[in-house]
Amino acid sequence: MATSSDLNNTNAVQIRDMIEQKKKKKNLFNFLEKAVPVLLFLFAAISILTTIGIIYTLLSETIEFFKVVPMIEFFTGTVLKPMSQNPEFGVLPLLAGTVTSSVIAMLVAGPIGLMAAIYLSEYASDKVRRVLKPLLEVLAGIPTIVYGFFAFTFVTPLIRSIWPEVEATNILSPGIVMGIMIIPMIASLSEDAMTSVPNSMREGALALGATKLESTFKVVIPAALSGIIASFVLGISRAIGETMIVTIASGSSKNFSFDITQSMQTMTAYIVEVSGGEAPAGSTIYYSLYAVAMTLFVFTLLMNLLARYISRKFREEY
Amino acid sequence: MKYVDVTQVQKRMNGRILKNNSFKVLFLLATIFGLIVLGVLIAQVLTDGLSWINWDFISGKLSTDANRAGIMGAILGTFWVMVVVAPVTLIIGIGSAIYLELYAKKGRVQSFIQTNIANLAGVPSIVYGILGLTIFVRALDFGNIVLAGGLTLSLLVLPIVIVAAQEAIRSVPQHLSEASYGMGATKWQTIKNIILPAALPGILTGAILALSRAIGETAPLTVIGIPALLIPFPGGIFDKFTALPMQIYYWTLDSSLVEEYANLAAATIVVLLLLLFILNSTAIIIRNKFQQRY
Amino acid sequence: MSVSIAKGNTNVKIDTTVMQPTAVNSDKKVVFDTKDLNLWYGDTHALKDINLPIYEKEVTAIIGPSGCGKSTYLKTLNRMVELVPSVRTSGVITYNGREILSKSFKVEELRTRVGMVFQKPNPFPKSIYDNIAYGPKIHGIRNKKIIDEIVEKSLRGAYIWDEVKDRLKENAYGLSGGQQQRLCIARTLAIEPDVILMDEPTSALDPKSTHKIEDLIQELKQDYSIVIVTHNMQQAARISDRTAFFLNGEVVEYDHTDTIFTNPSDMRTEDYISGRFG
Repeated sequence: MATSSDLNNTNAVQIRDMIEQKKKKKNLFNFLEKAVPVLLFLFAAISILTTIGIIYTLLSETIEFFKVVPMIEFFTGTVLKPMSQNPEFGVLPLLAGTVTSSVIAMLVAGPIGLMAAIYLSEYASDKVRRVLKPLLEVLAGIPTIVYGFFAFTFVTPLIRSIWPEVEATNILSPGIVMGIMIIPMIASLSEDAMTSVPNSMREGALALGATKLESTFKVVIPAALSGIIASFVLGISRAIGETMIVTIASGSSKNFSFDITQSMQTMTAYIVEVSGGEAPAGSTIYYSLYAVAMTLFVFTLLMNLLARYISRKFREEY
Repeated sequence: MKYVDVTQVQKRMNGRILKNNSFKVLFLLATIFGLIVLGVLIAQVLTDGLSWINWDFISGKLSTDANRAGIMGAILGTFWVMVVVAPVTLIIGIGSAIYLELYAKKGRVQSFIQTNIANLAGVPSIVYGILGLTIFVRALDFGNIVLAGGLTLSLLVLPIVIVAAQEAIRSVPQHLSEASYGMGATKWQTIKNIILPAALPGILTGAILALSRAIGETAPLTVIGIPALLIPFPGGIFDKFTALPMQIYYWTLDSSLVEEYANLAAATIVVLLLLLFILNSTAIIIRNKFQQRY
Repeated sequence: MSVSIAKGNTNVKIDTTVMQPTAVNSDKKVVFDTKDLNLWYGDTHALKDINLPIYEKEVTAIIGPSGCGKSTYLKTLNRMVELVPSVRTSGVITYNGREILSKSFKVEELRTRVGMVFQKPNPFPKSIYDNIAYGPKIHGIRNKKIIDEIVEKSLRGAYIWDEVKDRLKENAYGLSGGQQQRLCIARTLAIEPDVILMDEPTSALDPKSTHKIEDLIQELKQDYSIVIVTHNMQQAARISDRTAFFLNGEVVEYDHTDTIFTNPSDMRTEDYISGRFG
């Protein structure tokens, strides 16, 4: 410390010396500085381990399943009779259930979610938006089991009072309720896409005398289209993976049909039924659980990757 | 001559404006539609369930007899699940976020982990249930105890906590950490003393939202295997358990057999929603009260 | 006299006394000596062959138009530039004779000797007291009494004690911008550095606060060596002993402030200080 001696303030020397002395004891600090990043990396690695865990468990047991049931039979079979004396494991009835419920859900959530997004992004004043958006988020925060209860004890009886042919368990009611559950997701993501369209584009249309509706449909929506499509794809992925609403309200019928008045089982509901039914580990039924889960996992993963790909392309446009 | 005929434009103008206004109403209705459903849902749950809520129901044990059934076991189960999920997700979530935001070099490893987290967030919750069943319940042989369920739900909501913590850390202004480095602080000192305290409200808000997602989840628990009628109260994280959403599930399923079960389910929903409401309000209060001005 | 000049620049005379800067003022000691410093951000060559001695207990001002590298140079002196991932440097900077750019000189140690005050006041979101106590604490001082003393002494040193002594426990964000900046100076004083680097410390402040900080700098000069980057040429002229003029990552001219402002030897310096560009 060449310069500390000529500082006229003695106090200063004291502080400086103290810092110097403490420095010598800093081995612990040095250890921490090196150990902390390693520890934190291990935490971050847990999410990778989770992915590996999911893929490994699904894959290894699915392979066991395909040793008993040929892959062709699984993916093209229209009969699913896991509990019977001569069990058959065709996944198509479950796919039919999943596709049907997802289509119904998207028929509800797509238009309503998009219209809500248009209202929030193009029409609503700041004040109104600040009230409506959090309320919509409440809708997204309701547990799915509550929606399941709602579908089973309210929506189904309501539908049956209008349309008596509908059975007590059917795919229509959970499809609709799933759609309602997905509305906030589509509304919020589509709104994000629409608000990120530069104002200058809207002003260009409005200055020509276009109405808001015209500027929305001719300018804003085309510009935000990929973001909107991405939100729909994510909505579909959400519908495919949704479990409790369909499990409760659509029953466990494994018929290969597209009749919305009937009970239809989805992939997710099948997983609940089989795992809850205490299928003995090692049985074909038990392995079929993993084969169905693998199919579900691949479907949703592809949807999510597709959504990300679409919205990334969209970002490059501006 | 002019191509735009002013009289023609004026004639069509009223129609266009009318169309615009009617669509505006339609869009507003679409926005409100979800809220109306929300109102109906809550009204239905309250009419079915509210009159069933009393002290005996809250504090009682499960029973097949609808008039004697109580949900204290499910409340305690949910409580113990929170005891597992909250620390596990906070520690791993904050740790991962600090690593990704402050230590990881921008490059392949970092973007790989980041993509991985984004993909995990989109995996259906029931798939996590299968992971939990295979790893925690069977391979590690925990059985269907609170710890197994809690860890499964922790993995499920971990991406939410990580992303929220990353955003909170990113929003701490650079000039604060610069000031700390400028005083000779080490990286870990800066993170511990400056960045984490400033990011904490954001992190906590995200963690509470994740926690409320976890305690409302049903699908993973159904896969792990929760007994439908578990009489003894769980006393810790190593006990078998049931949870509020599981109880709602079983009672709803059986409501076609015993009509009163629908009321029990509704009453349990009221309790669950109340719990979620309290958690979310806490998150909002934290966000508003501790929001830093920089 | 002019100091460092980029190679191949023929219309500027090259001074052979570059390496003997004490010739300017032999009784002053050099705190920081920079030799042939080059710095790149990725592919951008931000600092080119900088040679610059900085003298003890003086105020050295660095002026130049935006993007000329003056802030980058300042942040090289306490190695804050290293926070930018793609930075590379070559050349030598010595601090009291020790090479600072080598990894063997711990940045944390360097930064306790070389304090920094930033462009925008950046107090921590903590109490006034905790802002000052932060430095001593991270360096291991735990004794409450000593920290109390350091806090008072540092606040007095930055001439803000009387304004804040009754509200030490209040959040620092309650202070005005000028007070916040003096608090940041006090925070730097609390680790007793030799050198204080100031990166346009008054650019975010009103004239009255600016004036207070300038007075404070004059006082601090008694005990500390100060390097200040400023956009404001009047400020450089008012408070500095020496001024370096940076342009496009090079030092065009470095001399006593009087000389720079009254009799610059380079046309570009003259153009800049007379406001013809920048």
